Amino acid sequence: MNPRGEFPVLEVRNLQTYFYTTRGIVKAVDDVSFAVQKGKTLGIVGESGCGKSITSLSIMRLLPALTGKVVGGEILFKDRNLLELSDKEMRSIRGNDIAMIFQEPMTSLNPAHTIGKQISEAIKLHKKTSEAEAKNLTLELLSVVKIPNPEKRYDQYPHQLSGGMRQRVMIAMALSCEPEVLICDEPTTALDVTIQAQILDLIVEMKNKFGTGVMMITHDLGVIAEVADDVIVMYAGKVAERASVDDLFENPLHPYTEGLLNSIPKLHRTHERLKSIKGMMPKPTDLPDGCLFHTRCDYVKDICKKELPEEIYMGGRTVACWKYHDKWKEQKT
Amino acid sequence: MTEQKPLVEVRNLQKWFSVSNHFFSIKQNYVKAVNGVSFKVNKGETLGVVGESGSGKTTLGRAILRLTEPTGGEVLLEGQDFLKFNKRELRKNRDSLSCIFQDPQASLNPRLTVGDLIADPMRIQKKPSTKRERYEKVLELLDVVGLNRDVMWRYPHEFSGGQRQRIGIARALALSPKLVICDEPVSALDVSLQSQVLNLMDDIQKSMGVTYIFISHDLSVVKYVSDNIAVMYLGKIVEIAPKEKLYDNPIHPYTEALLSAIPIPDTKVKRTKIILQGDIPNPMNIPSGCCFRTRCQEAQYICADTVPEMKEYSPGHFYACHLR
Ligand SMILES: Nc1ncnc2c1ncn2[C@@H]1O[C@H](COP(=O)(O)OP(=O)(O)OP(=O)(O)O)[C@@H](O)[C@H]1O
Ligand SMILES: Nc1ncnc2c1ncn2[C@@H]1O[C@H](COP(=O)(O)OP(=O)(O)OP(=O)(O)O)[C@@H](O)[C@H]1O
Ligand SMILES: [Mg+2]
Ligand SMILES: [Mg+2]
Repeated sequence: MNPRGEFPVLEVRNLQTYFYTTRGIVKAVDDVSFAVQKGKTLGIVGESGCGKSITSLSIMRLLPALTGKVVGGEILFKDRNLLELSDKEMRSIRGNDIAMIFQEPMTSLNPAHTIGKQISEAIKLHKKTSEAEAKNLTLELLSVVKIPNPEKRYDQYPHQLSGGMRQRVMIAMALSCEPEVLICDEPTTALDVTIQAQILDLIVEMKNKFGTGVMMITHDLGVIAEVADDVIVMYAGKVAERASVDDLFENPLHPYTEGLLNSIPKLHRTHERLKSIKGMMPKPTDLPDGCLFHTRCDYVKDICKKELPEEIYMGGRTVACWKYHDKWKEQKT
Repeated sequence: MTEQKPLVEVRNLQKWFSVSNHFFSIKQNYVKAVNGVSFKVNKGETLGVVGESGSGKTTLGRAILRLTEPTGGEVLLEGQDFLKFNKRELRKNRDSLSCIFQDPQASLNPRLTVGDLIADPMRIQKKPSTKRERYEKVLELLDVVGLNRDVMWRYPHEFSGGQRQRIGIARALALSPKLVICDEPVSALDVSLQSQVLNLMDDIQKSMGVTYIFISHDLSVVKYVSDNIAVMYLGKIVEIAPKEKLYDNPIHPYTEALLSAIPIPDTKVKRTKIILQGDIPNPMNIPSGCCFRTRCQEAQYICADTVPEMKEYSPGHFYACHLR
């Protein structure tokens, strides 16, 4: 239960996912915890390579089998740890209870089958329905996700649809089993802004209608501001900061979040010059000691270079930064 | 006010790609990728070009550079029609135009060292003529884009995206071009690197006086870098204006919808979104009359009937819509 008295539908505790590569161990996700609430959207934001997709693939247990491995933590769903389920049990969770949509719908749609067939197959797999019933349900879903002319589209193949349309099909497929959790990994990154607006609108509408818990992964802080209720900011496999969406944008605590917000040009403001975060993301096989962000941070002191900061609780939110710690305040730069 | 003479003036530029579904088909089909585009850019200023995927932004840039031959129109560079140049004249005048692309990885030859990559355009043009001078210039350019001088012996794959884009910029500046066409130069970069590159491009413009045509689908970025902005839809400019006018008072219904659709990273800004219905039409089959009418909530009979002319709303602010 969280301070607002909500119970999570999905809870990730201290997740660690590592890759064992020839260049060394990549700690793609390192000690990440969060909860997804019913009917709420948790936003996960961060730059390329910070571990967003690997977090979601770990939950779905869809990691590349040979190199990637969850080495620690728990993923709790309905009182069960998903990491302990058999492959068969996990298959029935996937698509049934937890569904996922990806950036590029083409990778998860089968080009050889009509979209109607794909959705109705998905329905039949999870519900015991007749052929005719499945088709009716499919047509209904296609109109729920606002695909014009569902009867005609039912018999079309994925390549005959536009990118926005294909993403709608993915959402229809994800919703076909009324999942309790919907994981969206950059669902609109490949789409135009006017189409993005349609799809985000649809996801929010579906969430409100079915009470789905949504995990929205994106690198776009604008999308986060628009759809998320709570946010975690990730940097190099770790959670830098977590807060409600209003708190995060009003008063970012972590220097990385602050840097991110200052470096995006904003449509509604005129500004002289963008601030930028100096340097670049460290190589995943060559992470610095201490705080992972210290090489780029303007507030760096000795302690930041030596010890990893724990997440500190600060009035309903957390931040992993020495700046909020007495030890830092007492230290000279 | 004295009328400034534009550095570039594009008049009714056109690039139609001919496509036929069938080898023997009698009817010739065209993708009207750029379909009558006109604008002016003053020296040292930036024209931003925005529009959604397939609106013809890249084709416009390539047609101006003659990387693809336009099928009509004029491109006046300091009064001279760049499109009328023959091969020899084109080669001689190439150095006044240059370009930066989205994907620095793809546009940098992996077998050349950074130094050779930057010197390459100078070597081809023999400007400056000695190796020694070209080497000096490379060092100077590396300083300009904020890269360490010793990177000139390394290869592009050893660098991050942001650094590679700096190399691309150094190369684009090698021949001191007057106009640089930037096609989504920061779209592949993370936000923290994006701001570094945008600031760099700004510094270069201020110190060297180059003119940019800055193509992007990101309206926030375009607003940050541009003086004037052109909004494209299906190969046409539907609205063009100084940036404040465009953002504060969009006239064309498409510009209005586009601006309202952009997610703003600030939870205190509350707006009403205009959610457009449907998809962008197939460019092989552009709607009659106003090309935006199939998605326009206000469309009337006249919109299907007549192509709207460009009208002036206020000085420098032009739009093409029957209804506004
Ligand atoms: N198959 C793999 N083998 C080795 N390392 C990997 C593999 N897949 C991902 N990684 C590494 O794991 C880290 C996290 O990757 P992830 O895909 O989760 O990033 P992301 O936050 O989703 O980034 P993006 O915004 O680019 O999608 C990165 O450092 C990446 O290089
Ligand atoms: N060589 C070509 N042959 C035929 N059609 C082409 C060719 N190049 C581009 N097109 C078409 O011209 C139209 C405009 O394409 P263009 O690449 O200029 O768009 P864009 O605005 O740059 O889009 P994006 O934002 O996706 O880069 C598209 O419909 C495209 O399919
Ligand atoms: Mg990812
Ligand atoms: Mg393009």
